[in-house]
Amino acid sequence: MAFKLIVNGHTTTVDAPDDMPLLWVLRDMLDLRGTKYGCGIGQCGACTVHLNGKPVRSCLTPVSTAANQPIMTIEGLSPDGKHPVQVAWEEIDVPQCGYCQAGQIMSAAALLTKTPKPTDKDIDTAMNGNLCRCGTYLRIRAAVHKAAELAANRPHKTTGGAAVLEEV
Amino acid sequence: MIRPNVGIDRRSFLKVSAFGAGGVLIGLQMEPETKAQGRGAPAAPPDPHAYIKVAADGVVTIMAKNPEVGQGIKTILPMLIAEELDVDWKSVKIEQTDFDDTKYAGQVAGGSTGTPNNWTPMRQVGAAGRAMFITAAAQTWSVPETECTTASGRVMHQTSNRSLGYGELASKVAALPAPAPASLKFKEPKDYKIIGVSQPGCDVASIVTGKPIFNIDVTVPGMLYAVFEKCGVFGGRVVSSNIEDIRKLPGVRNAFVIERPEITEPVLPGDPGLENGIAILAVTWWHAQSARKKLKIEWNEGPRAQYSSVAYAKKADELSKQAPRKIRDDGDSEAALKDAAKVVEAAYSYPFIAHAPLEPQNCTAHFKDGKVEIWTNSQTPGSGRRLVMQTLGITDKDVTIHMVRGGGGFGRRLNNDYMVEAAYISKQAGVPVKLVWSREDDMTHDYYRPGGFQYLKAGLDASGKVIAWRNHFISYGDGERFVASGAMGPTEFPQRFIPNYSLGASVMPLGIRTGALRAPSSNAFAFVIQSFIDELAHAAGKDPVEFRLALLDSAAPVASQPAPAGGRGGGPPGMNADRMKGVVQLVAEKSGWGKRTLPKGTAIGVAFHFSHQGYFAEVAEVKVDAANKVKIAKIWVAADVGSQIINPTAAENIVQGGIIDGLSEMMTQEITIEKGRVVQTNYDKHGMVRLAQAPPVIEVHYLKSTFPPTGLGEPALPPILPAVSNAIFTATGKRVRQLPLSKSGFSWA
Repeated sequence: MAFKLIVNGHTTTVDAPDDMPLLWVLRDMLDLRGTKYGCGIGQCGACTVHLNGKPVRSCLTPVSTAANQPIMTIEGLSPDGKHPVQVAWEEIDVPQCGYCQAGQIMSAAALLTKTPKPTDKDIDTAMNGNLCRCGTYLRIRAAVHKAAELAANRPHKTTGGAAVLEEV
Repeated sequence: MIRPNVGIDRRSFLKVSAFGAGGVLIGLQMEPETKAQGRGAPAAPPDPHAYIKVAADGVVTIMAKNPEVGQGIKTILPMLIAEELDVDWKSVKIEQTDFDDTKYAGQVAGGSTGTPNNWTPMRQVGAAGRAMFITAAAQTWSVPETECTTASGRVMHQTSNRSLGYGELASKVAALPAPAPASLKFKEPKDYKIIGVSQPGCDVASIVTGKPIFNIDVTVPGMLYAVFEKCGVFGGRVVSSNIEDIRKLPGVRNAFVIERPEITEPVLPGDPGLENGIAILAVTWWHAQSARKKLKIEWNEGPRAQYSSVAYAKKADELSKQAPRKIRDDGDSEAALKDAAKVVEAAYSYPFIAHAPLEPQNCTAHFKDGKVEIWTNSQTPGSGRRLVMQTLGITDKDVTIHMVRGGGGFGRRLNNDYMVEAAYISKQAGVPVKLVWSREDDMTHDYYRPGGFQYLKAGLDASGKVIAWRNHFISYGDGERFVASGAMGPTEFPQRFIPNYSLGASVMPLGIRTGALRAPSSNAFAFVIQSFIDELAHAAGKDPVEFRLALLDSAAPVASQPAPAGGRGGGPPGMNADRMKGVVQLVAEKSGWGKRTLPKGTAIGVAFHFSHQGYFAEVAEVKVDAANKVKIAKIWVAADVGSQIINPTAAENIVQGGIIDGLSEMMTQEITIEKGRVVQTNYDKHGMVRLAQAPPVIEVHYLKSTFPPTGLGEPALPPILPAVSNAIFTATGKRVRQLPLSKSGFSWA
């Protein structure tokens, strides 16, 4: 059936089975391939996107649940790749293979919206659902702190469906 | 046609044609890929024309020839070229090559060989390029080449105060032959501007913005998404199915049985290749996967359905009581054990584990008119091509392989089963196909790290010196053949360091595929050997660091020069005892070994291991509570990987990652078999360290030696398992001899 999706500020209609996970609608129907498939059971977090400003696992989110609400993917996090989390990730040179990092970044961005100055414990809690098979966790921790610092010094406005919630 | 821009735009080079085809090095000796994975460097220097392109505007494009799966080689190899070419790193663009064995040698990601095999050839490429720009400028100015210098992509003639950019010279250089390698002069390390300076990964900006750069992101016009259902028991075959119903499901465009001959081989070869099963093609992956869940198949599971982990353990216990097949016998261990003042005996074991790279196995293939085009994240694209050629009955000229970034490898993508599946399905279906495995496919159809059992017995003399070492190694195989990655060689440490050394092996048949997992063999052997050495240190009443240094001091002379060990070389003669002592001393110093008083329940442990030409010693500070909850406070790493750390940021990252990978293997990871099938189907049952469990600090120290640089992808991993479990012993008195530690009641705090 047809669903109205509001992805990164753009409204689009897709014809999909109502139980089709948002992940596969994004990837195979809307050609937004930044959101990754890792496990399909909400264990790895590679598929994390924002739904109404909150991080969700798109592999477990049926398209029917995601319709008519702002969805933000890694492609919509910033117009220029300069969201503080993205800048921090680059500066700290976080990735190895990089496959999990879109999910990590979306979780981190959501954390900073809620908690602009997170402690190590806040980071551990918010990011614990995102696996990194390469083990870049020490840099992820450092980069979240760095992003918080960058955001504090340089308020950043994002675009996309959840823009209001994404101001940090 | 491929939609995602996985390389960079080539148009700017077409007009300029800065480096033409050809060059003097045609007929280049190419090393077979399998050899490149193991020992030795490529025989002939590579042709700079295949690696460097300079546009008229001075933009330098450097080709990265090796598969990138997160080890950072796509940045590291171009750094070597750029340094000797003498260009500014910020002006360099990096482009991934296709697989092309007429131009490139050793296009492999495996065995931590990327650095040692390319350290000289890639610098030769850069130095040859630089020499050619000098020649072109000297000819332009009619001055001697010796009066010309270079910097930042320009040739200068100081005396006449003239200079020309490489871009301005590009068309001239295109007509020049490459100089003979012997004529090239490398930079002095003190003059390096790129090597030894942290350069962020060349794809980091694309990664953080979600660009479609991974193999799973490749799309081809008109392609269908495919899934492939195989039997959970390796080699099982479809007897009957409801495939007619499946073809009618929404979004499904095709479904068919792939018939394959029965696999009767008792010891499975490295890559058994295409298996029997049912392929389903649909308009999205989800449609294909949903249809698959409605498949009803009657399988002939074949003889491998009888196997189980419980039966393997029982069989190992039986074998341990029988005489092994002799692999090595130095001195007389029987007599030495009789004479020993103290005898220590222990049985160790470790499970099968899966690679589980985060990007599931996937491949895009387009078979048309007898030729196939393939997009792959394979670690061994050349082996994949052979498999495709054999299976599809086509020649090497008919196979084009594009190498696309992989989301992790860890050895899983050394095997190309998913590549041949995609190629075959595309041929059968007559359309381009994107095959994506589910995580469950990946976990249950891996080439597992072989489990094993080691029954050890050692003797100490009255002074606490080890005089005898005996190991009954129990693994899988048939007769004298071991399964892939399931062997122990005759020089495994501590051979050569103990006068009476005896190694024997027994094998039992195995029903699943096995293969190399990051630091193959070493990832299990280091745990056993370094834990048992710790037991001996405690039995001798010696400090574990002092005991190890004394053991390393007792090396017998090496008969032959060290071989450049590529793979599992855990022991001598590849290992240089002095280099290992160096890192043991360094890690002891950095960790304050023996100099700090630690609270009750907290302790430090040490271990070392040599693999893939890398010398690693590690210390872990570990806190264990009454409920056996383990918290790692800090880890110190000392490494000797030669004279130069090429890219320090990438080096630190991959060492820390190797340690964390090892911690996952140590604490939770285990694959078990029931009725021939793998029990663990996803990450929830094959635990990986998560952020909250990761050590807060992993300090990495390098001992720079005079040896050529070697790789870091693997050798950091093996020592961390015993370093932590040795610390647990000191903290609790509990000696763990079985992996994973969770089986003995331990868990992360």
